[in-house]
Amino acid sequence: MLEIKDLHVSVEGVEILKGIDLKVKAGEVHAIMGPNGSGKSTLTRVLAGHPSYVVTRGSATFEGKALFQMAIEERARQGVFLAFQYPIDIPGVNNAYFLKAAVNEMRKAKGLEELDAMEFLEFLKEKMKLVEMDESFLSRPVNEGFSGGEKKRNEILQLAALNPKLAILDETDSGLDIDALKIVSEGVNRLRNPDRSFILVTHYQRMLNYITPDHVHVLMGGKIVLSGDKDLAFKLEEKGYEWVREDQGPRIA
Amino acid sequence: MTDAESFINKDYAYGFVTPVESDAAPRGLSENTIRFISQKKHEPVFMLEWRLAAYREWLKMKEPDWSSVRYPKIDYQDIIYYSAPKQKKDGPQSLADVDQEILKTYEKLGIPLEEQKLLAGVAVDAVFDSVSVATTYKAKLKEYGIIFCSFSEAVREHPELVKKYLGSVVPVKDNFFAALNSAVFSDGSFCYIPKGVRCPMELSTYFRINAMDTGQFERTLIVADEGSFVSYLEGCTAPIRDKNQLHAAVVELVAHEKASIKYSTVQNWYAGDREGKGGIYNFVTKRGLCQGAHSKISWTQVETGSAITWKYPSCILQGDHSIGEFYSVAVVNNHQQADTGTKMIHLGRHTKSTIISKGVSARFGKNTYRGLVKIVPRAEGSRNYTQCDSLLMGDRCSANTFPTIEVNNRTSRAEHEATTSRINEDQLFYCRQRGMSAENAISMIVHGFCKEVFKNLPMEFAVEAQRLMSVSLEGSVG
Repeated sequence: MLEIKDLHVSVEGVEILKGIDLKVKAGEVHAIMGPNGSGKSTLTRVLAGHPSYVVTRGSATFEGKALFQMAIEERARQGVFLAFQYPIDIPGVNNAYFLKAAVNEMRKAKGLEELDAMEFLEFLKEKMKLVEMDESFLSRPVNEGFSGGEKKRNEILQLAALNPKLAILDETDSGLDIDALKIVSEGVNRLRNPDRSFILVTHYQRMLNYITPDHVHVLMGGKIVLSGDKDLAFKLEEKGYEWVREDQGPRIA
Repeated sequence: MTDAESFINKDYAYGFVTPVESDAAPRGLSENTIRFISQKKHEPVFMLEWRLAAYREWLKMKEPDWSSVRYPKIDYQDIIYYSAPKQKKDGPQSLADVDQEILKTYEKLGIPLEEQKLLAGVAVDAVFDSVSVATTYKAKLKEYGIIFCSFSEAVREHPELVKKYLGSVVPVKDNFFAALNSAVFSDGSFCYIPKGVRCPMELSTYFRINAMDTGQFERTLIVADEGSFVSYLEGCTAPIRDKNQLHAAVVELVAHEKASIKYSTVQNWYAGDREGKGGIYNFVTKRGLCQGAHSKISWTQVETGSAITWKYPSCILQGDHSIGEFYSVAVVNNHQQADTGTKMIHLGRHTKSTIISKGVSARFGKNTYRGLVKIVPRAEGSRNYTQCDSLLMGDRCSANTFPTIEVNNRTSRAEHEATTSRINEDQLFYCRQRGMSAENAISMIVHGFCKEVFKNLPMEFAVEAQRLMSVSLEGSVG
């Protein structure tokens, strides 16, 4: 589904990613862990096409197509979804309107009929159960005045509604209390299927108590320095990133 | 270049010229010009005298320079003050007498003048350069005792009403442009709603400038007698020309006891090109008098056009418990300038006013909100709420807010809130990550920003206003 080769990325002239290789197959869940400043968020944003991030070397293909050749919205329409670490406020635009616009853009791209307001509400109600949201939430402006937990649930609701092939979650667990974390994780678990892949970016292991990854990677200093299965996450939780640093010292630039 | 900057700049769709022969006054302004206009309109003597008095006042006045707008000096002797399409008779008696080219013009603008083709429930007065060419649904409105006609007709047919109200809200000497308008105004709409009548349809005037080098000086007067209600809408367009054209209008509203006037404007005069060449100077005086107790005047304006907009639709809240409202969206793109706002003058007790102003600036646009809220000592228990929000796109445009608030008693209260925000790359990135194009994303964000104002427009026009705004913002960010 996704194949990243020797990816180098700079922000304002500073190289953040220094050669990433990653292969994600359909249906797999990959967790990418690492300390602050290791380049985790950069990786998620460059995949989605944020204009501040410049690819200086390497490539990425999504379902065989060159990802970096596509405009932001084109990637989204092809099925790449990013759940933001800090979802953006859009004052005055209500959540339902925003979601409907997004869902219809995706449908248009697939050559499907757009949903009218009634059809959309029916469609959305189903999805809302997944993240335990009530309807009052639909009439509020996008992310404005939302609590941290509400913002993250809203991201998962969008994920459910937009039905992507690849979902990238950037620190979706951060700032969540334990109840919200359970709701969000449960939502993600229900959205797992053999055709959909996930990349979970996280600082802590705690979300992985609820979502079991197929692969765990450790990102440090702009490179993936260690990969393993779900047990690697537990080991990291127990020993901290220092352990990797000591263990893998020579590999970190 | 940012993503949003790569929009295609769509052309101004209303910029065509209608090929009609016109009957115009000689270039320049003098007492003779005024006599010419008055004679063309077969006006009674009182009207000519009024105009001449205004002209003499105007000669003594100086063009104001206190606003934030900047423009080269206007040569008032280089303007044609009267231009009307040539007619066979004295004035069109019915649509059959109206020049086909003019009918086609309105058709093209989306305002067909045949009643059966009109939006149901909207009566239109069509003003073409200096004259009203047609007014629809007059007969139907007459059944209710409502007078809706061109200003020229009102001067001839209802001189007692015109005499009583003309200049009663905006006196001749009020300001430079109001005095100029009083001297040379050519046409506009007149509307009288009798006691207790709720006007059964929207009344509207569509202003079209067509001739070159002419100024348009229209005059609108709306009187709502006790307990009546009327909703009125005006729309404006003009051809694309390199040279600036002056539009100096005066609008006066009078609301008697328990009467209510809702006045909406969708202003889309030609705005000039991307480099700021050409466009209309829209220098307008609009004021409403809430004369009776419990009366209400509500202004809603969507200002997307004009090279320069300079207007402050205001309310004088004279009657106790009267209400004034001002809802405004002003969009400036390219090199447009807008200096707009309102004055709410609280004279009566327990009067209330609300001001919601939304300024959107893009490219080199300059947007200024200027407002005055004045509560006099007698106006006890009065309230004002003001909210001024500015939205910026890119870093070369500007937004300014100049609110003045004077509260002169202890029982009244005025609140003012202001925000400035920017459509940023992160908002666009977020929307585009959800599959929307940058163009749709901007349009959605701006509509969200202006929603509180749009919801005050009559429904048929809210859709039009939104569409207009999307068009006027194309090519905007950067």
